[in-house]
Amino acid sequence: MASKRSQKADRIRHVMATEGDSVERNALGFNDGRYESVARLEDYDAYKDRARAIKEDAIERLPELIEAVRETVEANGGTVYVANDAADANRYVRELARERAAETVVKSKSMTTEEIDLNEHLEAEGCAVWETDLGEFVLQVADEAPSHLVAPAIHQSREEIATLFNERFEPEEPLETAQELTEFAREYLGERIEEADMGVTGANFVTADTGTIALVTSEGNARKTVAVPDTHVAVAGVEKIIPTFEDLQPFVELIARSGTGQDITSYVSLFSPPVSTPPVDFDDDEPIADDPNDREFHLVLLDNGRMAMRDDDQLRETLYCIRCSACANSCANFQSVGGHVFGGETYSGGIATGWEAGVHGQESADEFNDLCTGCSRCVNQCPVKIDIPWINTVVRNRRNRGADEGQLDFLVEGLTPDEEPAGLDLQKRFFGNFATLAKLGSATAPVSNWMANTPPSRLLMERVLGIDRRRELPTFERETFVEWFRNRDVPRPVDAEYHAVVYPDLYTNHVRTDRGKATVRTLEALGVAVEVPEVASSGRAPLSQGMIATAEGHAHEVSADLEPYLEAGYDVVVIEPSDLAMFRGEYERLLGGSRYESLADRSYEVFEYVYGLLENGTDPTPLRGGDAARGVGSDIAYHSHCQQRTLELEAYTTAVLDQLGYDVVTSDVECCGMAGSFGYKIEYYELSMDVGDRLGEQFETSDTADRTVVASGTSCLEQLDALLSRQPQHPISLVAPNGSD
Amino acid sequence: MATQLDTFETNLETVRTDVTRTTPAAFQETLAGVIDHPAVGASLPFEEVTLEGTDVTLEPTPDQLREATCGVTAAALGVADYGSVVLESTPAGAELAGLFPDRHVIVVRERDLVPDMAAAFERLGDRFRDGRDDAVLATGPSATADMGALVYGVHGPRETHAIVLEDNGE
Ligand code: SF4
Repeated sequence: MASKRSQKADRIRHVMATEGDSVERNALGFNDGRYESVARLEDYDAYKDRARAIKEDAIERLPELIEAVRETVEANGGTVYVANDAADANRYVRELARERAAETVVKSKSMTTEEIDLNEHLEAEGCAVWETDLGEFVLQVADEAPSHLVAPAIHQSREEIATLFNERFEPEEPLETAQELTEFAREYLGERIEEADMGVTGANFVTADTGTIALVTSEGNARKTVAVPDTHVAVAGVEKIIPTFEDLQPFVELIARSGTGQDITSYVSLFSPPVSTPPVDFDDDEPIADDPNDREFHLVLLDNGRMAMRDDDQLRETLYCIRCSACANSCANFQSVGGHVFGGETYSGGIATGWEAGVHGQESADEFNDLCTGCSRCVNQCPVKIDIPWINTVVRNRRNRGADEGQLDFLVEGLTPDEEPAGLDLQKRFFGNFATLAKLGSATAPVSNWMANTPPSRLLMERVLGIDRRRELPTFERETFVEWFRNRDVPRPVDAEYHAVVYPDLYTNHVRTDRGKATVRTLEALGVAVEVPEVASSGRAPLSQGMIATAEGHAHEVSADLEPYLEAGYDVVVIEPSDLAMFRGEYERLLGGSRYESLADRSYEVFEYVYGLLENGTDPTPLRGGDAARGVGSDIAYHSHCQQRTLELEAYTTAVLDQLGYDVVTSDVECCGMAGSFGYKIEYYELSMDVGDRLGEQFETSDTADRTVVASGTSCLEQLDALLSRQPQHPISLVAPNGSD
Repeated sequence: MATQLDTFETNLETVRTDVTRTTPAAFQETLAGVIDHPAVGASLPFEEVTLEGTDVTLEPTPDQLREATCGVTAAALGVADYGSVVLESTPAGAELAGLFPDRHVIVVRERDLVPDMAAAFERLGDRFRDGRDDAVLATGPSATADMGALVYGVHGPRETHAIVLEDNGE
């Protein structure tokens, strides 16, 4: 186990060192571009809703639409072949090549042909196969797999490509600039296109009513691939079908913006083949237009697991994916490692888990599925609104359940009263049951803290559980937040207008009790009657390990614990954003119905709640404003929390801090990299720090280096603590009135 | 207030497409000032202007296509808020003339402008159902960033230039 973890750590370290810089530069560029481009699109949200609705409908009616496509394409003069699997599709295309005695086949970019390894099969038939998309061409020359859905060679720098081309092609003058490399490739591939006997493309969309193929490209190679040779084969997953031609419009508005951050790509080719452009025979010297237009078109619709995904309630959403790459570009881990770590046989980024599990099988997803930390930053970026982290959780859960039985460990057994199968990885089981550990930790503090931090136990923890020794462990408080509240002697307000439960999340209750106390003082100072009852932990910890049944148990307990308060008219104030994200998000799946709604509707992030109070006229005077800040400056550098930003709650904290006279600058990284247990795991520690460095840098600029650092999430605080010499704190500790605890 | 034509022009420039406005009467003169030689093209499906009698070779051979530095073709539509044009593929090879040469000169009529993609797709839907079912929505020159920096002119044109035929010039 330990060696498997360290192998993984080695591999990640290697990829970060060799590919990390290029990946980071490109993915961040696309990500920034996306934010700007979608902001320019009026009705962005409405387009996303439409795109989602079109996909839901199309997948629902897929069998019928496949038949409709067959009819329209055949009426246009083409042929449709529905291939059950990769072998079936390859056999079909190979036979076409054989019948046509095709010597040269040119291709435009297609992930679906990557999925089935079509090139190898055509080469086995004796064809020279050329990728004409420049990124794919680089990969073909380098003999590498794509590291990105849209820009497959983002892991290669210009210098590396130049070296590669100079070695392989030995041009008279060595190639150096991007311009020279592009011109060389254009020339070289132009000749291949001229001699091509067959062109192979993918399809971004296929419309059922007109039999139209839509190809979204920038280079013009797809158009040449279709126009020049007389035989065109398009290979597309069955999920690419949408009902009508007009349904293309929202996707055309969304796809490039979501991917590379362009408003639109240079070319959106729409054609119902065979196309009317005459094929060009470059050996001929008659006018091109004189050639009779006898073109051939074959559409290969690939199933390869997709129809089974359609029947799978959890994986079905994957089929809505238009492979725009937004989920990869907005992913902090992906930004550090790219698709060669965060990806499977073919697909990369957050949604790759769904695709790989569906088309290549669960094992292909297992290797990289843990790279999704559930930070949820991709969720709002997906143009078809796929709950990508949920798909990752489900696949993780399935892997857990498929794990080898019988690996019980007496050490951990007592700490893991969960619903999971016996074979579940110990590391996952340990982090998934953090609630039990925290209780024990507090009960035996400070001894538990001393014990945990001795070198032998750190070594043991690293060996058995894969907890990296370089991470500082949380320090458990002997008196929990709940106990503090119960023991204190403060009169309750009698006729308060607002009543609130402060949710004692695991960390606030056992580790960071200060922020709980500060919350209570703040709310009471604003006239709220507060309660801090014992409430079960949210289930975030087990859920992040893919332990869905255990998380579901937590959700039911939380709901039962809070029900009497909700019935009595209490609001629920939540300090830890990842727990609020559970209440508002995953609990819909775990609890459902009215129990979910009543909790979700009445739960607030602490600053969201304070903001509401101030908006409703509560006097903010009791809070500590910027000028009165005790022992700290009024200039703040604030890092919101990934899930908090997905819920669009960041603005409440900054608004309240502004109102209180603080000067706030905010980070704009997607995630701090800690992500709950992720940053503790030995195989991911260095990746976690690499992601964290992007945040650290933002708080070490000339404008931010002297600011007080505040952050909302526990993980973010731990990470910032490791990254900076300044001690970060929760913003509530800043504004809370002084107390005597 | 900016007219649809103004918006179209502004957006064409944003996507690196030069624009020249002209009238049908002045079209051939304008064209002569805009094309490079040798130029190939496909005859324009418009009544008010023609490429007959210009330096543009219509119905080129493969060699002429390969040697041409400029291609002249018509756009069926212009999409104002994207600066996009709809290029139809024709048996005369319009698509090829707009794809192979280094410079693409696009002739678009003001009356064929639509405000946005929604309107463009409505028009295109009708055309496609009528059987005119090959179109490329082209926006600016061909481009790639695959070689480590943004480069224009990959498999398609490096430069695009729109000649807009004004309505009021008829
Ligand atoms: S899951 Fe969504 S964001 Fe990710 S590639 Fe697919 S469509 Fe794009």
